[in-house]
Amino acid sequence: MERIPILKMGDFLLVTIQVDMHDRLALGLQDDLTSQIVKHGAHGVLIDISTLEMVDSFIGRMLGSIAGMARLLDAHTVLVGMQPSVAITLVELGMSLQGIRTALDVEKGMAALRSAMAEAEGADESTEF
Amino acid sequence: MKVLNSESFELRASDDVVLVRQAARRQAVALGFGLVDQTKIVTASSELARNTVDYGGGGKALVEAVENERRTGVRLIFEDEGPGIEDIEQALTDGFTSGNGMGLGLGGAKRLCHEFEITSVPGQGTRVSILRWK
Repeated sequence: MERIPILKMGDFLLVTIQVDMHDRLALGLQDDLTSQIVKHGAHGVLIDISTLEMVDSFIGRMLGSIAGMARLLDAHTVLVGMQPSVAITLVELGMSLQGIRTALDVEKGMAALRSAMAEAEGADESTEF
Repeated sequence: MKVLNSESFELRASDDVVLVRQAARRQAVALGFGLVDQTKIVTASSELARNTVDYGGGGKALVEAVENERRTGVRLIFEDEGPGIEDIEQALTDGFTSGNGMGLGLGGAKRLCHEFEITSVPGQGTRVSILRWK
């Protein structure tokens, strides 16, 4: 079966969506990614959509669910590389992907993940005292 | 209105949705649409094609390049013989869904286009036509 590859990079998982996804492929990614988060104990997920030319309500909803599921599994998600035309269209469609952290590229996304993880650790320590 | 180019598709499964949006992109590119306009018509096509598959029980789509005296545009027509829509006003409202979606499909697609027509007969089917001018 066709699959979207998930790469492990240290504490993070990196997913680069490069194909025009049909709905089943998008749902498969949800399943694969949640199992990989648990398997590797990953604390961060980077989803690179820089080559994606379209995000409709289904894909948008799938990205939102992934971020929500990852959160429940103790991982932060950052969506990187959205094309301006996709951002314009998504907002007009009525989908602003609230609750998903974004960054302009993979490098900035990694930095955002590191600071989110540092913040989470800081919060843990402060509750111990 | 003159039809310059027309492609017809059967819509049965989610792979067919991908073919329809690729055809919408092709027609928009051929007419010289800018990237934002391409993305809007492609996204609207994807929403409606999915509706046809998920709610209409499958159907067909026409993807066309059209022209009137003043301008060119991309038009898509979706037809199914599914259960139809009882209350179109309600179906066009954001947040309304009869399935498991977020209910942005119809209303969202309408916002992304310049012209939008829907006719539906409960028990007989639904026809949606959208057009985005260049």
